[in-house]
Order: sequence, then C-alpha cells, then structure tokens
Amino acid sequence: MLSFLVRRIFYAIIMLVVVSFVSFIIITLPPGDFMTQKIAELQARGDKSAELRIDEYRERYGLDQPLMTQYWLWASNFIKGDFGLSFEYDQPVATLLKQRFPLSVTLALATTAFTWALAIPIGVFSAVKQYSLGDQIATTISFLGIGIPPFLLALVVLYVAVVKLDQDVVGLFSREFVDASWSLAKVWDLLKHLWVPALIGAITGTAGTIRIMRGNLLDTLGQPFIEAARARGLKNRTVIWRHAVRMAINPLIVILGTETFPGILAGNILVEVVLSLPTMGPLYIEALLTQDMYMAGTVLVFLVMMLLIGSVLADIALAWVDPRIRLE
Amino acid sequence: MSKNIRNPLVEVKDLHVEFDVRDGIVHAVDGASFTIYRGQTLGIIGESGCGKSITAKAIMNMVPKPGKMRGEISFHEYSQQNGKEIEEVIRIDTLDPDGQRIREIRGGHIGMIFQEPMSSLTPVFSAGFHIIEAAKLHRFVPLDTIGDTMTKNIEAKRHVTEAEAREIAVDMLHRVGLPNPEQRVDSYPHQLSGGQRQRVMIAIALSAYPDLLIADEPTTALDVSIEAQILDLMRELQETADMAIMFITHNLGVIAEIADEIVVMYMGKEVERSNTIEIFENPQHPYTKSLLGSIPQIGEKEAQLETIKGMVPSPFDLPSGCVFHPRCSDYMPGKCDRVYPDYAEVSEGHWARCLLYDGCWPETSEAQAIKSEAA
Ligand SMILES: Nc1ncnc2c1ncn2[C@@H]1O[C@H](COP(=O)(O)OP(=O)(O)O)[C@@H](O)[C@H]1O
Ligand code: SF4
Ligand SMILES: [Mg+2]
Repeated sequence: MLSFLVRRIFYAIIMLVVVSFVSFIIITLPPGDFMTQKIAELQARGDKSAELRIDEYRERYGLDQPLMTQYWLWASNFIKGDFGLSFEYDQPVATLLKQRFPLSVTLALATTAFTWALAIPIGVFSAVKQYSLGDQIATTISFLGIGIPPFLLALVVLYVAVVKLDQDVVGLFSREFVDASWSLAKVWDLLKHLWVPALIGAITGTAGTIRIMRGNLLDTLGQPFIEAARARGLKNRTVIWRHAVRMAINPLIVILGTETFPGILAGNILVEVVLSLPTMGPLYIEALLTQDMYMAGTVLVFLVMMLLIGSVLADIALAWVDPRIRLE
Repeated sequence: MSKNIRNPLVEVKDLHVEFDVRDGIVHAVDGASFTIYRGQTLGIIGESGCGKSITAKAIMNMVPKPGKMRGEISFHEYSQQNGKEIEEVIRIDTLDPDGQRIREIRGGHIGMIFQEPMSSLTPVFSAGFHIIEAAKLHRFVPLDTIGDTMTKNIEAKRHVTEAEAREIAVDMLHRVGLPNPEQRVDSYPHQLSGGQRQRVMIAIALSAYPDLLIADEPTTALDVSIEAQILDLMRELQETADMAIMFITHNLGVIAEIADEIVVMYMGKEVERSNTIEIFENPQHPYTKSLLGSIPQIGEKEAQLETIKGMVPSPFDLPSGCVFHPRCSDYMPGKCDRVYPDYAEVSEGHWARCLLYDGCWPETSEAQAIKSEAA
C-alpha cells in the first residue's frame, strides 16, 4: 500500500512537470504575446525608464532566450515561490493569488461536499424505493441537472437573487469583511456566501452522482451478502446503510478523483466569473484574454495541482475504506 | 441419531409462493407442507428451480420481491421457566418482515448459510465483524443485580458487549476449525478461501446457538474435498449443539450423508417424504426412483440429476394433472394427465404424491370416475 502511494505521488509529480511544460508552451505560443505588445507600446511612447524595466524583465524571465531556457527559468523560480509577474496588474502573480488560491480550494471542497451530501441520500432513496413516484421525480430532476451548465444556473440565480429578491449573492464576503483580517465573524460571513456557488457548482455533479449511486446500490442490494446480513437478524435500515451503501460508495470514491472533482474545478471557473468571486477563476479567464502569460500559466498549474492532489487523496480514501485495495 | 420424542420446531402448512413476473405467474412453491422436528436433519432435494431456496426464505419471512407468500409457517419456541419447559408457537408468516420478533428469530433461533460462500460476506468487513454483529444481536448474558445477591434475577439479561462478542467470534472460528482464529478473526473475506468463508458463515449462523440451521446448498460451490470437510463439520457441530438442520441440496449423494429424513420436491411441490434409509431403499415416487437411477458417488457433481429424461417444464406452462407426467416412466395415459394426485401416507411414515397409490386419488367423484375407467 505504501509503495503504491509513493508510486502514485511520484506519477503525480511527473504529471505536474509535463502539464506545466505544456501549459507554458501553449501560453507562449501565440505570436502577439503580452511582452511584445507592452514593449511596442512603451517604445512608441519613448518611455526610457519603462524600457529599462522591460530589459530587467527580459533578463529575469529570459525572454530573449530560447523557449527551453525560459521554461527552465520559470519552473525553477516557481519552485522557490516566484511565479513570475502579472503584466496586467504589474504585480507578482504570487501576491495576487495568495488570497484567491485558498478560497478556490475551499470552494472546490465545499462543492464536492455538497455534491455528495445531496447525491448519496437521494441516490439511496431512489434505489430503495425503486420506481416509486419519489424515484421518478429524483431521476427526472437529475436528468435536468445533467443538462444545465453550472454557469447558466449561476446566471439564473444571480438574476433571481439580485433583481427579484434583492439578495447579495455576489462575491464571497460582505463589503465590510472584504479587506478585514481573518476572524470568526469573517469565516461565518464566508460560509454565508460560500453555499450559493458551492450549491450551484454541485448541481451538475450531483445529478450524475445520484445516478451512479442509485445504480451501484441496486446492484449491491442484489448481492448475496445483503440477504445474508438480513438473515442475521439485522434491521433493514442497518442492512442498507451499513452493508449496502458502504459498498456502493466505493465506486463514487473511484470517480471522485477522476470525474467529480475535475468536473467541479472546471465548472466552477465560470460560476466564479459570473458571481465575481475572489477566487482564481476570474483571474484565469482574464489572464487568458489579455495573454497575461505567467498569471495564466500559474493558475493552470495550480488547478492541475489541485486535481492531482485530489486524485491522490481519493486513492488514499479508497484504500482506507476498501480492505481489498488496502491489503493488496 | 433418532429422537424418540418428536417435538415440532417449524411447521409449514400449504405454503405457496408466487412471483408475478412479466411472462406470467411463477408458482415457485405450490402447496408445500412439512415439519422440521427438534434436533432433526431434514433433507430437501430437488432439481434446481423447484423452489427449495424460496421455501427456505419463506421460513425466514424473507421472500424476495415481487414474491407473495400464502400458507402457514409456525415456529415453536421452547424455553425454560421455573424449571419447566414451555412452548410458544409463533406464526412467522404473519409477522412484520422487518419487525422486532422476526429479527429475533432470524439469526437468533434460525440461522442460515447460503450457496455462495464467496459472496455471502460483506467484502469490506472482516470475518470477526460479521460474527460480532450477529453475537451483539442475539447473545445475552445474565444481568447481575448488584447488592441484593439473594434475589438475583436470572430472567434479566443484557446484550453482550463488543469485547465479549469478539471473544465469541474467536471461539466460534476455533470451533468451525479455522486455523489461527485469533488472527483470522481480523481477516477480510478476500483473504479467505471458499471453504474458509463457508466456515465463517457457519460460525456466524451458530454463534447464536440457533434451534434450526437452514443450509441452502452449502457445499455446491465448493471443491469435493472441501465439501466433505464442511459436511463433517456440520454433523459434528449438530451433535454438540442439539440443533435441527434443514439441508437443501440437489445432490443425492450429499443428502444421504447427512439427513435423517428427506423431502423430495418437484416444481414447487413435495412429491415424497420418508426417512433417509427408506427413501434410498424403498422409493415410492417415480421421480425419486429416477433420481436414484444414477446414484452419484460422493464427490460427483452436477451431472447426476440431468439423467432424468425430458426437460423441467416451463413454470408458465405446467402440464395438466400430475406435473411430472411428461417425464414419468410409469405414466398412465388418461389418468395422470387428468388427475392431480393428493399427497398421502402410502406406508407408515412414508408420504408420496403419485396416482400409482390408491391413497393419492382425490375423493372427488370426478377423480374416482377416472380411476375406475379401464386403462
Ligand atoms: N426474485 C424472483 N423473482 C421471480 N422469480 C423468482 C425469484 N426468485 C425465484 N424465482 C423463481 O422461483 C422458482 C424457484 O426458485 P428457487 O427456490 O431459487 O429454486 P431452487 O430449488 O433452485 O432453490 C424458480 O423458477 C425461479 O425462477
Ligand atoms: S401420478 Fe402418474 S405421472 Fe405422476 S408420478 Fe405417478 S405415475 Fe408418474
Ligand atoms: Mg437454490
């Protein structure tokens, strides 16, 4: 098991290197990059000090060097915590992301938690009351849920909340807390805002997860060990939750790292933009639009890092709940 | 081991179980009546699909959906009170299938082991977990009233604790012959062989000291040598535990080894019942005779029942009269295909359902008229 984990983490690191390289290439690929644009602009103005600064950038990021060298410079600085400069904001990327990265992680975790908290009970209900009215309703809603992109749902929620209900759903903090330092009150304020985007992000994933949960549980309920558990004198409820659900959850954990979590990360980006959350999503989209290369590259690497860590954690969780994997 | 006094433990009367499925109604059990006595081993034999498992599940009040059950199933609970044995009769068929009473009987008074030892244990739980789960439900210890020792009430009992249940688990694994029970108690199902898993299933079932063990083809999925070991184990445990066994199989060789009495089933009905020696030496029903036609050696598997000519009829299109008539070598045209035989005692303690025996002809005038027709 331990060697499996070590191997898993090793692969994750290699994956991260590959992804960072590919994303760097993609970012520097378009001919009109931010630097060339900015240099042209400054030179036109004949701004001497700016030109000096640009020379400094050039040297620091090796912009006149071959691509490989540029990547190497960026990557080696990255490890030291210097992710480069956002040309758009004229600030280090690290400074800009310092607040936003933890909030992105929090949102992703909250969305995952919502997905499961909704999907498991509904899936169990649907399976146990197969073909009942409740099951049909749940199935219909989950089909609708699969079809609605999260950002569209976010737009609808935004419209209904702001225009019709005059509620504040934009951002993750109330105005008075935006710049305040962390306190219990601020955490509470965050939670009060967080559930809206988390729930929106969870809807799509929930729909799919409900269907998987329902199918798994129906399969599991047909297994001989369920009948054997009942024949031992256990209550139906105990048989379902302790034996059947316990088994049926394993496949959910398997897809947690490979489907659920990636889906949430991708879906959340646009939700974050629509609801202007102080997370990485809006910065990422903006950076892509303005070709703010280090910003875009860094966010991408962070997203992939979250993905990889998520999938390693999912593997650990699976091994933890399933002795067949743990004791392999 | 024949018992002088035959105390009934489970009485099944005119049991019917029907499945309303898309293609029609399957009469999985069609009027079965039999009694299992205390300490006795009753063998139930019949081809696959004849309703053996469903009968067993009906006794546990666990008929699977969409099955519907009719008939009477009575469980006789014997207990000691003030030195006297009292008997209480519980109608299992009328109990709420998820109620307290039936759950005390399931796993408590009646234990069950299944055909698929490979998948009868929940894969994420250890062997011990399963036994502990059962022991915590069904094993009790007397509750000592602290202080007033004179009036210690032996009626007052409490459930065993987790630690006590674990001791029970290790002890049971030891009794069913699992090597290294102290370690094996923490083994997961995938770390055990098929035979070991069936031993664990037996340990679970016996941990509550049940009055009846229902063994539904417990060795069908196992190797021949393992099969012999498991049968030995069951015989040995039965002698020490004074427990009845309902042993279900489609293998005559196996049933000869273990049963005191045998019920032969065909298409959801009993066709013959007698003690084991009588069934083997003096079979009455043509179906039983053809089963015996190729007595399998212990160890031979599967092939034996296939030797009966003809096919098992479709459950949706049952033959008229005696349902066995298309396959019967003693078939009497004009009679067997028109009259449905009664189940009657054809000699002392020997029951059969076949028109070759006068007692099996129904009393109706119609049947009697057919009987007197020239062949
Ligand atoms: N859940 C079910 N739904 C529909 N039919 C069933 C179900 N379970 C059993 N049956 C039918 O009942 C009949 C008896 O089955 P069973 O008791 O399992 O036979 P066996 O004697 O092999 O144990 C079979 O014809 C089977 O098709
Ligand atoms: S009643 Fe007739 S067909 Fe049926 S078993 Fe007896 S002899 Fe054979
Ligand atoms: Mg069966």
